[in-house]
Amino acid sequence: MFAKGLIQSTGIARLGLGVTLGLGCVGMLLTGCNGAEQAHDPAIIDASYQEILQTQLLDAKPGDVIIIPEGVFSFDRSLSLTVDGVTIRGAGMDKSILSFKGQVAGAEGLLVTASDFTIENLAIEDTKGDALKINNGNNIIIRGVRTEWTGGPKTSNGAYGIYPVQTTNVLMEGNVAIGASDAGIYVGQSKNVIMRGNRAEYNVAGIEVENTINADVYDNIAIHNTGGILVFNMPNLSQEGRNTRVYNNKIYDNNTKNFAHKGTAVASVPAGTGVAINSNDFVEVFNNEIRDNKTANIIVSSVYSTNYSSSDMGDGYDAYPEGIYIYDNTLGGGGTSPDGLELKALKLAMFGIGGALPDVLWDGYADTDKTVDGVMPANLRICVNNGDAGVLNADGPNGFKKPHMATEDHQCDLPKLPAVVLESAQ
Amino acid sequence: MPNRSIQKALAMLALALVMSACGGSTPTPEKLQTPVFHAAGNPGLLSDWNIAHIEDSVLVLNENVLPFDLNSPLFTDYAHKLRTVWMPEGVSANYTQNDALDFPVGTIISKTFYYPRLEGDTRDSLAVVRTDDYGRDYKNTGLDLAGLDLANVRLMETRIIAHREEGWIALPYVWNEAQTEAVLKRAGDLKNLNLVNAADGVHTPFPYIIPNSNQCAGCHGTNSNTREIKPIGPKARHLNKNYAYADGIQNQLAKFTKAGYLTGLPPMGEVAKTANWQDMTLSLQERARGYLDINCAHCHSTVGPADTSGLHLEPSTKYGSYLGVCKVSVSAGAGTGGFLYDIDPGHADTSIIPFRMNSIDPGIMMPELGRSTIHAEGVALINAWITQLDGNCGDPQTGN
Repeated sequence: MFAKGLIQSTGIARLGLGVTLGLGCVGMLLTGCNGAEQAHDPAIIDASYQEILQTQLLDAKPGDVIIIPEGVFSFDRSLSLTVDGVTIRGAGMDKSILSFKGQVAGAEGLLVTASDFTIENLAIEDTKGDALKINNGNNIIIRGVRTEWTGGPKTSNGAYGIYPVQTTNVLMEGNVAIGASDAGIYVGQSKNVIMRGNRAEYNVAGIEVENTINADVYDNIAIHNTGGILVFNMPNLSQEGRNTRVYNNKIYDNNTKNFAHKGTAVASVPAGTGVAINSNDFVEVFNNEIRDNKTANIIVSSVYSTNYSSSDMGDGYDAYPEGIYIYDNTLGGGGTSPDGLELKALKLAMFGIGGALPDVLWDGYADTDKTVDGVMPANLRICVNNGDAGVLNADGPNGFKKPHMATEDHQCDLPKLPAVVLESAQ
Repeated sequence: MPNRSIQKALAMLALALVMSACGGSTPTPEKLQTPVFHAAGNPGLLSDWNIAHIEDSVLVLNENVLPFDLNSPLFTDYAHKLRTVWMPEGVSANYTQNDALDFPVGTIISKTFYYPRLEGDTRDSLAVVRTDDYGRDYKNTGLDLAGLDLANVRLMETRIIAHREEGWIALPYVWNEAQTEAVLKRAGDLKNLNLVNAADGVHTPFPYIIPNSNQCAGCHGTNSNTREIKPIGPKARHLNKNYAYADGIQNQLAKFTKAGYLTGLPPMGEVAKTANWQDMTLSLQERARGYLDINCAHCHSTVGPADTSGLHLEPSTKYGSYLGVCKVSVSAGAGTGGFLYDIDPGHADTSIIPFRMNSIDPGIMMPELGRSTIHAEGVALINAWITQLDGNCGDPQTGN
């Protein structure tokens, strides 16, 4: 199928290369066989590949594997795929590089609206909008993909790195995301998701699970983001998320100044956030190593303490985080220098100059319609059973007037969530 | 009414077509030109479809190819558009209330994008005129490609959507520099042009983008679950307008019916009508909703590709958060412009929708595709509409 794709593409014919190309030295297309290093020289970036690849994507049939050769390829417009059952495979996330530095049109680098889709071992760089968006598909595998804005964290960077939305049965593993002005590795409005073995750095949100049902997030590294791993529910959407497990991750030093565009949900994330759970329900955070996040290692909050709530958030939107279970994490070094004047003042007042906010910061919003005699039903509580980790109730509902330690109130346990079962992850 | 002469020209053509269809006149056989429906494959040339031909430097529509217009059109970098429909003999579209008319298999719909050229310019000039005046586009019954020193146009592309047994296909054809033929470019294309404002003579260079076939589906796959490609413009409410045919002013839907292209048209009183966004006799609300309908609602609907955003801009969406009023963005990224709400009533300058309309940054702009310039008049309309809306979005801290 690979050979067929090459033969069909006129650009290859122009280069005068033979049918046997598909068998071995694909890199030769651009740079000669030993050309991996040369290929990174922008002077020989190949622009003619744009039409070749887009035509391959148009001509793809279910079952096809489209090979991206080694090299740096430049694109000035979005790529898109709409055929089910296609695999796009590069030679490695540092070898097959799709560069959108000169992009003039299109809201993403590659837009996929298809099911049974696999993309692996390539990089998408410097897109104007999102790097890789997958909208509305089932059985998606994103593996070994790097999305990066190469100029470092900047507000002008595109929003999302890897961005499946309204998808079902999604495996995201071994990916790297750097520099997204929203979320690096993201899944939204989806069902049945595993995110594992990924690395996210210098994004606003390293890894984010939003309005998603049944997600397992494990063995990831989130460092130098504004917030390491976020589990959010946004209003006005057709699906509210629940059942997310965040475990065995390393979540360090997420202290990069928030460079999101004001008005986005993640713009409200304070720099120095390890894990943030916002308005989501049934979230389990355990066995993670979370340290040196200077606002708090873990934040549990409602949309009401962010800057993006509104009077009309859609029918029946549940703004409160409920059924949150935090246990057995290794926590340390957090809360030493929180972001924002209020939190700085709070820290100073309660814990002194040399002190630190406790590991878990809760904004204090709870749904009083659900409480019985002032007490939440057991399954909807926020439980922190994590050694000596302290919990601070920031008293948001009363204008943050009387913040207080509430560690004892949250000493409880919840039933554990089942693991996500995903065939592609077996 | 700047469109009058195009309408007259096309009307004459349409009349001729109707007459020939009715046997009122019998063209000589060698002049008969009938479209060719391709049930399979991707014809490489626009002429393979034979919906028009070039005669003495005029693009003339072929037999039974009926031109049409919309109450409010999609904005595409100020391009002028010639829309046509053709169906094989013996079949017709069934009327539908909300969706595109139920066109039969065999239907060919075309949309040719073109610009008037700058007066006196040579053919290789990249200058095209930003104007609503269609008056010089036509010579007799067809688009005037040559026009000695006036009135010549630059053809950019012709997009074909055709209804096959297995569904609609969408194919973009790009016109050559000689303007003699358009060639299939399924991977899309980019043409650098220079838009010249007829009013002040200001030149704005911009990349005119021809979408790839998938991007055609990006807009025309109006249901993100089925992803089935469908026409967007020819919905009853958009077609429900008068057209100055040579035999008198006539409603397009009535004309379609008369031509045998439409069955089941209910009494006109029951047919919805999209507002012409330029019609100053209509309310701002009607004009703005009409504009949002044709420019946004093919994605921003409850089933469209942009349903992920929770913003629904169909005409049926009630005033409220799903229309964007006091609605926070979900995943707008840079598209927020630093603002909280899609529509902040009374405050166009802090509303996300006009901010995104007023951008040409691919990471910000809306619509995402189909334009490289700002539709200043469209932005002004939406601004004016939002400015006169009442209400406030409450305190974000409490939601009250």
